[in-house]
Amino acid sequence: MLADKDRIFTNLYGQGDWTLEGARKRGAWVGTREFIDQGRDWITNEVKASGLRGRGGAGFPTALKWTFMPKVSDGRPHYLLVNADESEPGTCKDRDILRHDPHHLVEGCLLAARAMDAHLAFIYVRGEFIRERQRLEHAVQEAYDARLIGKDNIHGWDLDIIVHHGAGAYICGEETALMESLEGKKGQPRLKPPFPAGMGVYGNPTTVNNVESIAVVPEILRRSGAWFASIGRPNNTGTKLMCVSGHVNKPATFEEAMGITFEEMIEKHCGGIRGGWDNLLAVIPGGASVPCVPGEKIRNAAMDFDGLREVGSSLGTAAVIVMDRSTDIIKAIWRLSAFYKHESCGQCTPCREGTGWMMRVMERMVEGRAQKREIDMLFEVTKQVEGHTICALGDAAAWPIQGLIRNFRHVIEERIDGYTYNSTSEGAVPSIAAE
Amino acid sequence: MVARRLADESVQPAEFAFTNDNVQWAEKRIALFPAGRQQSAVIPLLMRAQEQEGWVSRAAIEKIAQMLDMPYIRVLEVATFYTQFQLQPVGTRAHIQVCGTTPCMLRGAEDLRAVCQQKIHPEAHHTNEDGTLSWEEVECLGACVNAPMVAIFQDTYEDLTPERLEEIIDAFAAGKGDTITPGTQIERHNSAAIGGRTTLIEEPTATREKFVPPAPAEEVPAAAATPAQAPAQSPTPTTAAKPKDVTAESAPAIKEPSRRAKVSQATAESERRQVNVEARANGTPNAAMREGAVGSEAEGGKFDTGKAPGKRVRSEPVEGGTSAGTRKSSPVKVRKADPKEVSPTADRGALTPLFAMPEGAGDDLKLLSGVGPVIERKLNALGITQYAQIAKFRKADIARVDEVLNFKGRLERDEWVKQAKALAKGGVEEYRKVFGRDPR
Repeated sequence: MLADKDRIFTNLYGQGDWTLEGARKRGAWVGTREFIDQGRDWITNEVKASGLRGRGGAGFPTALKWTFMPKVSDGRPHYLLVNADESEPGTCKDRDILRHDPHHLVEGCLLAARAMDAHLAFIYVRGEFIRERQRLEHAVQEAYDARLIGKDNIHGWDLDIIVHHGAGAYICGEETALMESLEGKKGQPRLKPPFPAGMGVYGNPTTVNNVESIAVVPEILRRSGAWFASIGRPNNTGTKLMCVSGHVNKPATFEEAMGITFEEMIEKHCGGIRGGWDNLLAVIPGGASVPCVPGEKIRNAAMDFDGLREVGSSLGTAAVIVMDRSTDIIKAIWRLSAFYKHESCGQCTPCREGTGWMMRVMERMVEGRAQKREIDMLFEVTKQVEGHTICALGDAAAWPIQGLIRNFRHVIEERIDGYTYNSTSEGAVPSIAAE
Repeated sequence: MVARRLADESVQPAEFAFTNDNVQWAEKRIALFPAGRQQSAVIPLLMRAQEQEGWVSRAAIEKIAQMLDMPYIRVLEVATFYTQFQLQPVGTRAHIQVCGTTPCMLRGAEDLRAVCQQKIHPEAHHTNEDGTLSWEEVECLGACVNAPMVAIFQDTYEDLTPERLEEIIDAFAAGKGDTITPGTQIERHNSAAIGGRTTLIEEPTATREKFVPPAPAEEVPAAAATPAQAPAQSPTPTTAAKPKDVTAESAPAIKEPSRRAKVSQATAESERRQVNVEARANGTPNAAMREGAVGSEAEGGKFDTGKAPGKRVRSEPVEGGTSAGTRKSSPVKVRKADPKEVSPTADRGALTPLFAMPEGAGDDLKLLSGVGPVIERKLNALGITQYAQIAKFRKADIARVDEVLNFKGRLERDEWVKQAKALAKGGVEEYRKVFGRDPR
């Protein structure tokens, strides 16, 4: 298990003082000037050496993303855009950073901005995080007042931070939709290319990073990239905030080393599975948009990018949703379909129409009011949505259903059989499971 | 997506005005953004209007459009797109948003919804008889480890039971919402585990021990120091699956930062397409693009009976690469990145001359339709300065220029050679004669 001294977010639960004074006692804003003085390449190289991979779900190497920014400005300003639009169901890690450790993020913004020659950073917080946004705005104001950021600050790198917010659209977590939303439009993703690093917010080079990716940067520089790289497995280095929700005895958010096994994580931090390990039905290991894994397969899996790929899923945001045998798995996935139907931006036809269609078929399958051949048809439709849209929401909507059909087809068939057996000449009697 | 409409005309107020405080706040907010980008403030302003009035009315939309110098329709679009904006009046004392997405559902959100239906109104978005309360089911509010939960205006109430929610609703109905402490409603500290936190037991300090790498025998830091050494032989890249940033994710050229970090995005993008096409031709979906993924490429194949569209052999023209046809072998071969390839974003000005630059003054190449100042500079960099050169282009020359400038056949489409011939022969007059219009 990770030692407390190796944890980055030392005020994760808000047990201490979250303001500047408290953050300084925990080591924030120490040595920042030296890091800035060592220049753009040094920061990037140190982060590169740490092996940090983006914490927003895709796992793209953070330092590499920064190097896509133009080396020399062509006159256009560079922007850093921090994606705090945390809306993936199951995920609530950035929320705790924003409300309890906001100075990690503010300091990270300054350092990351230096690494991409940016003088303006936007932090886009999801609209529902109102108290969290107020905390962050307060922390930014404190940093301005203490001349840690702003014009002519004590660190020698000018940086303005604008805290912006959305208004309840999941799709704005997609980086180009985020930029559209920031520009005051509907959050509909843009086609790429042009890429954000060439043409992002207001047509200027922009890098979009997750809150956690930015917030760990100051500690990486303070303790060296080699320290971060020494935790976890090669290619899956460092610590990670994990959120476990659903049917565990004690749901919690915590910071753990990447690569911890699923079993150890649940036993150490979450008090075990509700009703014991035999009661475990399935796990969605990385937020709603990754496929579910049957309980027996995940028990010994390593919680990192490669470990979860081996069991046919992905780490995503490390938001673990645990389902025990009392769960109606079809209904649980149907609810995710309803989520994606609600959150589709309506730009691409396969997604706009497909998410609604898939939800309606799933709705019938929850009751069992379907034909078995429709399972194949549903699978086929998910394949026609997947990969035929501008952004990954279409894929995200398709994967949970594909995971369900692949792992729990027998449950759907039993439900359909049950519905048929219970039918009478007066019509069908709703099966017990459908309530 | 959800179709949302403005409330019925009968409930729309005739006028909307921000309070003085809010006007000042709005001015500051607009001034934050770079000049001319005041449209960025539309969401915060709408939100402030909603905080002031409880919901977003047509009058508020029009007022904000005027403040930001935006067409009404653009603000209307935003107000209807973002579901946090209430488009009809809500309860004056509380509007209860029940999170109903899977993590909350697993821990009993449906019971909370039933409480709301019973205590407030059977249907969402309707106020109770007094008009003091209303409710709706919303999608994930991001407090999943404290599920189930509701949000009332600015605060969240977490770890709820139906009984506790009834108490909370009663308190708000009586106008005593402030007596309820927001946050978790059970013995628990924020998102820490029930019964005490399992981590962060030690008191944090500001001092940091200097990191000493463990002995090399353990091999950890050595391996980790070059963490990005992606296995080049492996057909599937090692990044995780959810392709929020699909191109960067799946383009092999940018996978190996240690050796080839400088490959341009354009190269990476064309590689991605190449892989895509080859993969389709093989009947396997693009493993590089959707790796870790599922579907007909994996065991799922046994469910789709070979009819899934991914299996159809299709060849798509792709620039910069050739289709792999119907090759059977499965490993996806990735074309090596070609550093000479021109990237419009990164390698500007780094063109090497293809032609010997002629003596004498250069012509104004911009007169050719399809050539602007940027392309003229690029042509000059290639050694092309005069019409006569282009007029003498052979097929091979055209192909070379086309490839270097990544034009996808624009030279032929725009008939540069014919244009250049005319201009070289008799200048603008000859051009008019041939084409019946002025150049440019």
